[in-house]
Amino acid sequence: MGPSTNERSLITPYRRHAAGTQPPAPYEPYKSTIKRSPTKPLIFLPHTLSEVTGPLFGEDAIAENDNDLTRHYPGEPQGERIIVTGRVLDSNGRPVPQALIEIWQANAAGRYRHAKDQHPAPVDPNFGGCGRTLTDDNGSYRFVTIAPGAYPWFNHYNAWRPRHIHLSLFGRAFLTRLVTQMYFPDDPLFPYDPIFNSIPDEKARQRMICKFDMETTQPQWALGYKFNIILRGPEQTPFET
Amino acid sequence: MDFVPTPSQTVGPFFRIGLTEKYSKPCIAAPQAKGERVGLSVRVLDGDGAPVNDALIEIWQADASGKYKHPDDPQSKTSDPGCDGFGRLGTDEQGHCQFDTIKPGRVPGPGNALQAPHLNVAVFARGMLKQFYTRIYFAGDPANQQDPVLALVPAERRETLVAQSDPTQPGFWRFEMHLQGEGETVFFDV
Repeated sequence: MGPSTNERSLITPYRRHAAGTQPPAPYEPYKSTIKRSPTKPLIFLPHTLSEVTGPLFGEDAIAENDNDLTRHYPGEPQGERIIVTGRVLDSNGRPVPQALIEIWQANAAGRYRHAKDQHPAPVDPNFGGCGRTLTDDNGSYRFVTIAPGAYPWFNHYNAWRPRHIHLSLFGRAFLTRLVTQMYFPDDPLFPYDPIFNSIPDEKARQRMICKFDMETTQPQWALGYKFNIILRGPEQTPFET
Repeated sequence: MDFVPTPSQTVGPFFRIGLTEKYSKPCIAAPQAKGERVGLSVRVLDGDGAPVNDALIEIWQADASGKYKHPDDPQSKTSDPGCDGFGRLGTDEQGHCQFDTIKPGRVPGPGNALQAPHLNVAVFARGMLKQFYTRIYFAGDPANQQDPVLALVPAERRETLVAQSDPTQPGFWRFEMHLQGEGETVFFDV
């Protein structure tokens, strides 16, 4: 102890993932993982200030209508308008305020507005397919968008991705960073998709599927879906390392 | 309700439309930031040594005094407003991207030991179901010898975490990230 106490590394480490709740690397059925995964074991890193801090964002990171993907062009996009809403919580159940959420997705026909997407489905001139928002003090967020279409890919014969929206989240720390995909209930493509099935734990896999929600649904306007996202949270008690 | 973290899924081939086209950040520290300027080239290669042209690189670092711009950094010193500490870029056709920053100071580590100057790196890509974490240290820094994290790495693999300075361009550093194979970069379980 002494005058240098403030300079000590007083940090609260974050919880580690339970076995089976996150994807392995590589995962052979998803072929691109084979040449892009380390073959040597990862080195266990006790958390330091470097891992438990990270970039934080404020209102200046977003602009009006960034969370309404149906209003980024002069005309209305084609397809089924939907509302996606939920809360971002940590693994202690606490809300994560001011979390930056970025999303991107295919249009209703299953086509991304990306130069490398060669799927012969139409680009929608009124749909860009990307948005962003910050969670409020309660950890809540809300997007308005168009239900994405399924689309083919080249992983295996007759490979199709289930309908999904990509989400990227910044929480409080560099180690809470999460990129995931939100799927829709009862998709018939689930049994055939190696990306969805890369999560060994059945319950964990189901957490990537949003729920239809009548309360979120707005009459004469749009269906609503609820999707809560859990980020890693700190262990309960700080200790001095 | 339980609070098990949501599983990670791949960033996929089309992340640019949602991420880097909206928000790329090559400049981690503004020109007025204190500290030694660093130009940093990062190149990502797959198990065949082929460039990974659709990777997303994110960097998080301390300022020149070793302070993170974050309320959970308990050090009493104030952070340099010129050093934001965060960078993000997608790789080009050569698997390459380039950041502009300063060399960070030493930050506290385990056991009250100071860590050597380092950048914290996350890499995302099609073909990765989750991000991998690594670090970039600076070749020739004497503090590397005492770094508590490098000490966790087998001696013969430490070099994979070290950027080399370009002898023809003072202040310019190069880091090659080998996802697997010969000289596979060390990745951490954080």
